[in-house]
Amino acid sequence: MATKSGRTIAHIKQRSVGSVLLRWESILFLIFLAVNIVNYSLSPDKYFNTSNLLRGLRETLVSGMIVFPMAFILLLGDIDLSVGGNVCLSATVLGLVYNASGSIWLGILAAVATGTVCGLINGLLLTRFTELAPMVVTLATNILYRGISEGILGDTATKGMQKVDWFKSLYFGKLGDIYYILIIFLVLAVIFGLVMHKTVFGRQMFAVGENKRAAKYAGIGVEKIRLIVFTLAGFMCGITAMFYCAKTGSVMSNAAEGYELDAICVCVLGGISTAGGKGTLPGAMIAFFTIALLKYGLGLVNIKGQIINVIIGALLVVVVMIPTVQDLIKKHRIKK
Amino acid sequence: MAETILELHGITKIFPGVRALDQVQFDLRAGEIHALMGENGAGKSTFIKVIMGVHQAEEGQMLLYGQPVHFKSTRDAQKAGIAAIYQHVTAYPHLTVAENIFTGHLKKRFGIVQWKQMYEEADSLLKELNADFDSRALMGSLSVAQQQMVEIAKALSVHARIIIMDEPTAALTKRESEELYRITRKLRDEGVSIIFISHRFEDMYALASRVTVFRDSRYIGTYDVNGITNADLIKAMVGREINELFPKPKVELGEEVLRVEGLSRTGYFKDVSFHVRKGEILGLTGLVGARRTEVVQTIFGAEKLTAGKIFLEGQPVKIRRPAEAMKLGIGLLPENRQIEGLILDWGIGRNITLTELKSFVQGIFLNEKKENLVSKQLAEQVDTKAVTVFDKASSLSGGNQQKVVVAKALGSDFKVLILDEPTKGVDVGAKAAIYEIMGELAQAGYAIVMISSEMPEILGMCDRIVVMCEGRVSGELSREEATQEKILELAMLKQTATEGSV
Repeated sequence: MATKSGRTIAHIKQRSVGSVLLRWESILFLIFLAVNIVNYSLSPDKYFNTSNLLRGLRETLVSGMIVFPMAFILLLGDIDLSVGGNVCLSATVLGLVYNASGSIWLGILAAVATGTVCGLINGLLLTRFTELAPMVVTLATNILYRGISEGILGDTATKGMQKVDWFKSLYFGKLGDIYYILIIFLVLAVIFGLVMHKTVFGRQMFAVGENKRAAKYAGIGVEKIRLIVFTLAGFMCGITAMFYCAKTGSVMSNAAEGYELDAICVCVLGGISTAGGKGTLPGAMIAFFTIALLKYGLGLVNIKGQIINVIIGALLVVVVMIPTVQDLIKKHRIKK
Repeated sequence: MAETILELHGITKIFPGVRALDQVQFDLRAGEIHALMGENGAGKSTFIKVIMGVHQAEEGQMLLYGQPVHFKSTRDAQKAGIAAIYQHVTAYPHLTVAENIFTGHLKKRFGIVQWKQMYEEADSLLKELNADFDSRALMGSLSVAQQQMVEIAKALSVHARIIIMDEPTAALTKRESEELYRITRKLRDEGVSIIFISHRFEDMYALASRVTVFRDSRYIGTYDVNGITNADLIKAMVGREINELFPKPKVELGEEVLRVEGLSRTGYFKDVSFHVRKGEILGLTGLVGARRTEVVQTIFGAEKLTAGKIFLEGQPVKIRRPAEAMKLGIGLLPENRQIEGLILDWGIGRNITLTELKSFVQGIFLNEKKENLVSKQLAEQVDTKAVTVFDKASSLSGGNQQKVVVAKALGSDFKVLILDEPTKGVDVGAKAAIYEIMGELAQAGYAIVMISSEMPEILGMCDRIVVMCEGRVSGELSREEATQEKILELAMLKQTATEGSV
């Protein structure tokens, strides 16, 4: 069949400077720069000290591991509030298995298996009973997972994981000046980013998040994808539990509290819509490092943790309003 | 001649990048039904929204009873006695009919809602309209036609003198439409003026005294319905004459491709059997509620079937989900294209390639350059009216959205294409284009099943017609023996038996 009206449709994208500048990632990057400038002017002699900076960043990397799977889950239009409880339970299991067997390898394996199974349970509940709300189900399993951990540990802690040198260095070890955990984090960022934006699976996730019915009619296994992503989130909870143990050496039943909200916060700031279908992983990464550096910089000038939370909270409110303000500007322009 | 009560001059409405209305005019007389027609995207809906104060016009003047008015919001319009009934009923399904009627102006005394009074008034409004339901019924339990009646009652409850109806008959059966005609005429006789938007010529002939035509955001003309012909109107609406609307070309029919035997789904349909051959267009028709859509959704694997067999090229096949149907070569273009057929927020290119992403994989990554090129070619093949493949699907008119859905199906290697109401909500020009594509697909060897409620396209396009009634096949007609009367008779086979008269 030939084109009947002789009309042609362009298939190469024209990018204007304006549209690039108006992208969410560009705005985030400006905020990122601003945060750095403010931090630097607050403590000019300390802020760009490499070892300080890297150590400050490292603080946030353990809970930061959750950002990757959370980005996928939000992209699908789902939510997972159970990651904190999952990390806690996986870390508990790691400690128990290590102390019982003496093998840290067995401990890691058990932790990753626990996390994955917990994620699988979330996924199975949500995909077998699709009318259940993910927020409610994962809120419940969060309590369940942490509850199991509390049942096992009581008031005690499971300890001793830092006795294994190489395990401890997962968090404390360095390659040159750079911590291993930072390298792993960046590698994971690249992998998750490529999966999200460059593969069939990624595109299908976007489709599911935008419109589940259209995705189903396009032959996409919507529930299969959700199951995979929830299980993947569980797997990443197991991995996070491993780094958590390397960092702290002991696990109590309040471990990893609030990880779910930290991750959701970073994703939303990064432009990943909780309604699904929108956002980029690079955006989430810029948001992650912005918050991490803000915490570090404010910590340098001895601002208390609680006050830092106030500042970050206020910043979030302002930032999430930007798209609305942008729309107003656009409308104003068109009127002219 | 009755006095003119509403007059609009030189109305221009600009949206980002487009003039949605360009120097449009319109006038409405007291006690008149004035039809407003035009292709999709001609600006009818925008025009209505300007009248209702949803949008504010950049230029132009609106006179109500000779006085210039500026509505800042729908509330202003309602206060001035203008009410609109939109195409998609915007109701609260979990509230009662009376609550829906009085939304926004609940009967209150000392801040307390007067329920008894409200139900009484609602009932008397419904009685006036000859409604067969109670004001305490839940809105969600009503049929579309009944819900529209509630909307009309709502307009009456605010004593509207001007009622705008935006495609009210689109989702109605013939009989329900006639009921609506009756109510509309009654309102007119009581002095209410009505603006009636519709794609159906029969609506206009049945009701209107004058018709105004818009084309491409412009005013084309206002004509007396008395003495005007379909051809005149089509010419005014599309700016060209469409001589052959249904060009199903002669195609040599080949082997049988799809056969279904005794398909049943409890509560929906029972014992449905038909087959379709290579190069054939099989029509599947019936009234609303005949369960045609449910049948094809089940064949496509989107719903579970309780009994029956499906054969593809003579081999029995099991289809549990859409992916399996597509793998076997069965494609479905769903009726509800904005929800099931397209991701509206995506570019048309990504929509087209969604089903065949695997063919663009190089190594482990998608080759987007190749993807964009292929989607461009497919979009051009069906002559989509778009500038780039990145244009959002939501920015296209209904007809062009349908073309994108067709292009999406063309990208896969299908043997059977099922089109569910492919021209619903599509304007005349795009309709002809879709028929032409269907003819070409039949020539190319596709076996096509088309669900349609529109008699002319069923008669014009189909080689064979299967008629359904309330979940069963009530008859099958060949192209030669099919007539409008015979189809209707089969479509109402059951209803005549149960209700005694038609």
